[in-house]
Amino acid sequence: MSKRLDTAGATVAPPPPRPVSPTEDPPRRRRFLRPGGPPQDRIGYLFLTPWFIGMAAFTIGPILGSLYLSFTEYTLLKPPEWLGLDNYREMLEDPRLHKSLLVTFLYVFVSVPIQLILALGLALLLNRGVRGLAFYRSVYYLPSLLAGSVSIAILWRQIFGQEGLVNQLLAFFGVEGVSWVAHPDFALGTLVLLNAWTFGAPMVIFLAGLRQIPVSYYEAAQVDGAGTVNRFFHITLPMLTPIIFFNVVLQMIGAFQSFTQAFVISGGRGGPSDATLLYTLYLYERGFGSFDMGYASAMAWILLALIAALTGLNFLFAKRWVFYGN
Amino acid sequence: MATEIRGGRSRRLSKHALLIICGVVMLYPLLWMVSSSAKPTETIFRDPSIWPTELDLGNYVDGWTALEYPFHHYLINSAVIAILAVVGNLVSCSLAAYAFARLEFRGRKIFFAMMLATLMLPIHVLIVPQYVLFAQLDWINTNLPLVVPKFLAHDAFFVFLMVQFIRGLPKELDEAARIDGCGHIRIYWRIVMPLSIPALATSAVFTFIWTWNDFFSQLIFLTDPELWTMPVALRSFMDGQGETAWGQLFAMSIVGLAPIFGFFLAGQRYLTQGIATTGFR
Repeated sequence: MSKRLDTAGATVAPPPPRPVSPTEDPPRRRRFLRPGGPPQDRIGYLFLTPWFIGMAAFTIGPILGSLYLSFTEYTLLKPPEWLGLDNYREMLEDPRLHKSLLVTFLYVFVSVPIQLILALGLALLLNRGVRGLAFYRSVYYLPSLLAGSVSIAILWRQIFGQEGLVNQLLAFFGVEGVSWVAHPDFALGTLVLLNAWTFGAPMVIFLAGLRQIPVSYYEAAQVDGAGTVNRFFHITLPMLTPIIFFNVVLQMIGAFQSFTQAFVISGGRGGPSDATLLYTLYLYERGFGSFDMGYASAMAWILLALIAALTGLNFLFAKRWVFYGN
Repeated sequence: MATEIRGGRSRRLSKHALLIICGVVMLYPLLWMVSSSAKPTETIFRDPSIWPTELDLGNYVDGWTALEYPFHHYLINSAVIAILAVVGNLVSCSLAAYAFARLEFRGRKIFFAMMLATLMLPIHVLIVPQYVLFAQLDWINTNLPLVVPKFLAHDAFFVFLMVQFIRGLPKELDEAARIDGCGHIRIYWRIVMPLSIPALATSAVFTFIWTWNDFFSQLIFLTDPELWTMPVALRSFMDGQGETAWGQLFAMSIVGLAPIFGFFLAGQRYLTQGIATTGFR
């Protein structure tokens, strides 16, 4: 295979353009039409050349590099120094790392279910031929586009601050609020709410899934006298399980990688008292705050292992509850 | 559907009421930010309503020049990176997608599987060694780390999106062109690309929005204030001025969101189509 790759690398320059004239000799034309044969290696690798270079330079190289660095001490200033498993051993005894894992798990396992239940609920409300569907869908989807931005993180910090919008509204009811973003018990909750606010994206996927369920199923159930509740539990929900599964996997992977919001809202430190120290924040702090590149690489590999393990578990459990039709 | 016919008028109305309430709750923070940006900072804290009593654009004027460089400097930096990212993704991802969707070559399945695997790869796994690489190339504090990977089909998501789309195009057109003696480069450029405009538009809109919003890699690779993009500048604005200048912060935040909102209005058909066909975001 490496030989093939070399050939691809050597043919960066495009081949001489083929004349389009219909008078071209027949055997050449037939090459394209020959079924099954592999006459398209050269052109295939030519089209993939940018992808090959990018894959080697920015994905495979860095993956191997980060694996190597994870066994070293490296601060950019002098060459990496081999440490063996020391970084991983240090992780076992690093209280902030443990805290960041706890915060991340809490964040993922609370915010993703809330987000997906909202997404499913609204999708069900919108599904039944509601007038103005496109309008509602856009309104609910908009936050998903904006939520990743620094602007929204700034807004959130104000809304849940001491004198923020939430406390102003609470004051109407005579309740005096605290600064939610600065309170160790509530700060993570504001991030969970921010993630829940982005239910529009999975909702759009649910809507597409709901549209795939044949209407005839509902009609048959109605003839048999099944009520709304029965139809939901015996038709909609089972038919939708593949989409639910898909959303769970995707949103969990995404939530594990959240960074911007926690970083901006906590002023880059994951505070108060590490209450919003997501794993990625701690990784950033070690890697780019103190340029502890070896330790940060080890952390990255543990993150990858965690995401892979959880995705694997998801697929394992999927056999029990995901329904793939007959 | 059957239930809609059965559902009475009052039921339909209550459903719409519920949907509208949900929409208002969701959009209230945004509307409030827009209205607060036009209020003097002192009144932001006293007034939760979204109707400003007086229109005061002073926050925009003051916020624009509150940082080391005027705010349009950061907007231009962001726009340059975002536009280059769009061009890079459209060219490189469509080339790779054509190969995966239309060509038979050895190793296609393995390469395709590799491409799919990178879809799920967290950026954090790559960022440290990428930083080391870019530091050695002397690319830190240039736009290159943010732009060059886009020209090398690094965003597997868009390769996947375009593969899905191209596979759905009728093959008869390619075959007719082949019989007329067209090579693959010509088929790609003259037939498949024009037919793929919806997928290209979706990719362009998403690339722009994600690059415009991106903070993590810009924070890491651009530390020189002259090169700061809009999100990095906003964050420094917040950390620097803190709670004293909310009005100005809001005003500049809205300026930063405006292009996304514009793309949302202009391209929402492509956005929802993109999500529906690939299932992402």
